[in-house]
Amino acid sequence: MVRKQETLHDVVIKFAGDSGDGMQLTGTQFTNNTALLGIDLSTFPDFPAEIRAPQGTLPGVSGFQLHFSSERVYTPGDACDVLVAMNAAALKTNLGALKKGGKIIVNTDGFDAKNLRLANYPEGENPLENGSLEGYDVLRMDVTKMTREALKEFTMGMKEKDRAKNMFVLGFLYWLYGRDMESTIGFLKDKFGKKPDIFDSNLKVLQAGYNYGETTEAFTTTYKVEKARMQPGNYRSVMGNQALAYGLIAAAQTSGLPLFLGTYPITPASDILHELSRHKNFGIRTFQAEDEIAAITSAIGAAYGGSLGVTTTSGPGMALKAEAMGLAVMLEIPLVIVDVQRGGPSTGLPTKTEQSDLLQAYYGRNGECPMPVISASTPADCFDAVYEAVRISVQHMTPVIFLSDGYIANGAEPWRFPQTADLPPIHVKFKTELGHGEEKLQPYLRDEKLVRPWAVPGTPGLEHRIGGLEKQNITGNISYDPDNHQLMVKIRQQKVDKIAEYVPEQKIDSGADKGRVLVLGWGSTYGAIKSAVGELQAAGHSVSHAHLRYLRPFPSNLGAILSNFDTVLIPEINNGQLIKIIRDVFLIDAKGYNKIMGVPITKTELVEEIRKHL
Amino acid sequence: MSDTITAPTLTAKDFSTDQEVRWCPGCGDYSILAQVQKVMPGLGIPRENIVIISGIGCSSRFPYYMNTYGMHSIHGRATAIASGLKASRPELSVWIVTGDGDGLSIGGNHTIHLLRRNFDVNVLLFNNQIYGLTKGQYSPTSEENKVTKSTPFGSIDHPFNPLALAMGADASFVARSMDRDPKHLQAMLIRANQHKGASFLEIYQNCNIFNDGAFEIFTEKGSKAQETIFLEQGKPLVFGAGADKGIRLDGFTPRIVDLADGSFSKDDLWIHDERDIYKAQILVRMFDDPHTEGHLPRPFGVFFENDRPCYEEMMLLQIEDAKARKAGDLDALLRGREVWTIS
Repeated sequence: MVRKQETLHDVVIKFAGDSGDGMQLTGTQFTNNTALLGIDLSTFPDFPAEIRAPQGTLPGVSGFQLHFSSERVYTPGDACDVLVAMNAAALKTNLGALKKGGKIIVNTDGFDAKNLRLANYPEGENPLENGSLEGYDVLRMDVTKMTREALKEFTMGMKEKDRAKNMFVLGFLYWLYGRDMESTIGFLKDKFGKKPDIFDSNLKVLQAGYNYGETTEAFTTTYKVEKARMQPGNYRSVMGNQALAYGLIAAAQTSGLPLFLGTYPITPASDILHELSRHKNFGIRTFQAEDEIAAITSAIGAAYGGSLGVTTTSGPGMALKAEAMGLAVMLEIPLVIVDVQRGGPSTGLPTKTEQSDLLQAYYGRNGECPMPVISASTPADCFDAVYEAVRISVQHMTPVIFLSDGYIANGAEPWRFPQTADLPPIHVKFKTELGHGEEKLQPYLRDEKLVRPWAVPGTPGLEHRIGGLEKQNITGNISYDPDNHQLMVKIRQQKVDKIAEYVPEQKIDSGADKGRVLVLGWGSTYGAIKSAVGELQAAGHSVSHAHLRYLRPFPSNLGAILSNFDTVLIPEINNGQLIKIIRDVFLIDAKGYNKIMGVPITKTELVEEIRKHL
Repeated sequence: MSDTITAPTLTAKDFSTDQEVRWCPGCGDYSILAQVQKVMPGLGIPRENIVIISGIGCSSRFPYYMNTYGMHSIHGRATAIASGLKASRPELSVWIVTGDGDGLSIGGNHTIHLLRRNFDVNVLLFNNQIYGLTKGQYSPTSEENKVTKSTPFGSIDHPFNPLALAMGADASFVARSMDRDPKHLQAMLIRANQHKGASFLEIYQNCNIFNDGAFEIFTEKGSKAQETIFLEQGKPLVFGAGADKGIRLDGFTPRIVDLADGSFSKDDLWIHDERDIYKAQILVRMFDDPHTEGHLPRPFGVFFENDRPCYEEMMLLQIEDAKARKAGDLDALLRGREVWTIS
């Protein structure tokens, strides 16, 4: 049957279903397939806090949004072109995000009386029948029935058969977007190669979904999205936590330090542990500690012994680690503390994103306790940014806080991955013997960067004691001397400030160096700012975008950049945190835009906000 | 002549530092420090491979006075810091110095997890049944009804039995000694060091300022023989001034029997077996208040020892195993399985 194929530039699909429906897997599979074609993309998974919230209910809906385009893509998209709704609850929770006239692919079996009731539709109301979806392009299919039909010769139970429903949808989408299915077939082989029954059934349903599109005459059009024009090179798809884990492994390799991860499972950081624990063949030690405190202190112990000590957590864990961070500041040993932020305070919104730990990272410790703070702006950026965090930590003998968030951690994008040979070196020097004229080690004698020596146990002749009590300058002996304390507080601050001399200057990401509005961002707002600013620039407005990786200390030229704009606008997914610091440090009347809803800022709302300042 | 260079023989003095020892005069910590410094040279461990990690409390000043590597860390976390150090540097000899507050209250969680994981480290828990550094509050090992600064009407907390706790956490070496018996303490330190696995050594330590005499009944000449039993492997549980009493197991119940009146002989007594986990469970429960009628004497020595794999060894094995199967290739890792090229 001949059908027309339409070429699209830009598509946003939202896969939504019950949390047991396998929507994350469907989304990820479609994402990989898209990436392999060289189409640019960005994803945003959105899942409930409960592993399996009651089936069919509104809180049980799990979603996965994929934005793909033949143009460059920086966000998962504000509104969807296509909504895949596996049940009534999925339709109800996501319909608002669908563009007018958008396509809805529904599993009609998910709209029976029970599902409608669970989704809180009034008695007797079915959105598929009451005309409320007029104006949308609704493709109805009884996925459950056709899945069972495809598997009628299989001996497995009905429940098991139904588990393959997502494959039917995936197969259909592959047909709809003119894809071949090799990437998913390969995936199924890897995953179920040893369970031929499961492999065969999934493959069968996947093909059934594809064939359903092919043979059903009602579907008249397939779609194609061309490759995006991207920087030449080799690409792969990567998720934020994965890129972060790779960055740590790479930094361990180039620095020659064995990697030790002390951590305690917490959403949304646990995937870093999962990833690193798989790569023991790189000599990585992963230690799932008994709590957040043991997680960081075990990493301190490892760093004291000469390892690259890392701990990973989220907001509540950061709070628990605060005292130990202070110890690391006093000991002046390298340590990387990764905070994958989530909605707070307290347990807050574990599966939702927020940028609300910046002030905690800056100030959340007892005493005068400065630590460098570095952040990642996109999933792939986690690699480079955490690599930098390691470099600063080991070269400046200081704990470093690394801020990511749930949006970056679970989002995916194409990554032009580096070659090992291209990675910048990380030089580490242990002190191995006493210097000329030294009678015993002076553990707090500093070099020109104000950095003290890293002398690890096992080194003959350098035996020494360190600890959390204030120490005498140079000797490291306990000291309660007032002048010494003031001196040491100032030195620890200067040491962190001095790092600004060893990091790149701040760049303008897009736009002119001077103008009306500078949108200053940090972390996961990158894509939304980039897209919004790009749109306004194209319309001829005087607006620029700068995005901070180095949050403490700030790059030395930041003040000069800020002074070149009439207005500095700082969008954040918090109640205004970077803005407080910027106002404090640079004494400027920066403006904030704050969204605290557990979800990313959209391009559309940001465009509107920036316009107010133009 | 062989080519091997023999390390210079060290003495106790080589393990002391130039830092002034700042414990109160008469503190039991002085004796413990002296015994540790005495046994260290004989352990055959290069000084640079010895690391002493402490938390917070009077006892935790210990590392400053030992000329080895050392860290005076934060309250309760010495065990967790030591876990990370030992996991990443298995060749080091790691000693944890902690107290009843540091190791059983604020750091209790880390203590039990260190023991269950069985890192090959030595935990020296100085038990003085009081908070000394904060000037005299009751601790998790203080006896009930104890009047302290924070319990003017007497403590209503039920105390920990530290060795029962260690057994509950599956410690592979459980022992008790005291500051006032230098020879025994030295012997226990040596045993703790010899044991491969987490060694838990509780040391009764007198705080002469805030809890003076807490262990007097066990440590002083007049009562020591009556109130204590010194455990020896393969030997009957005998005590008393003239070795005239013993402990006999009546079913699961230990009972005091008289060896002098002819009704029982040493052959009837409980023979100590450090390797018997069931007996050890009973032994650690010999924890009666020595002021009650009919109480059992308090045992000292090695209660229990067994061999099981150490965490750091198994961790290393997994790494070696993974490397042997497939050496880490960073380029291959970064590349992943699905790559596309844009030209």
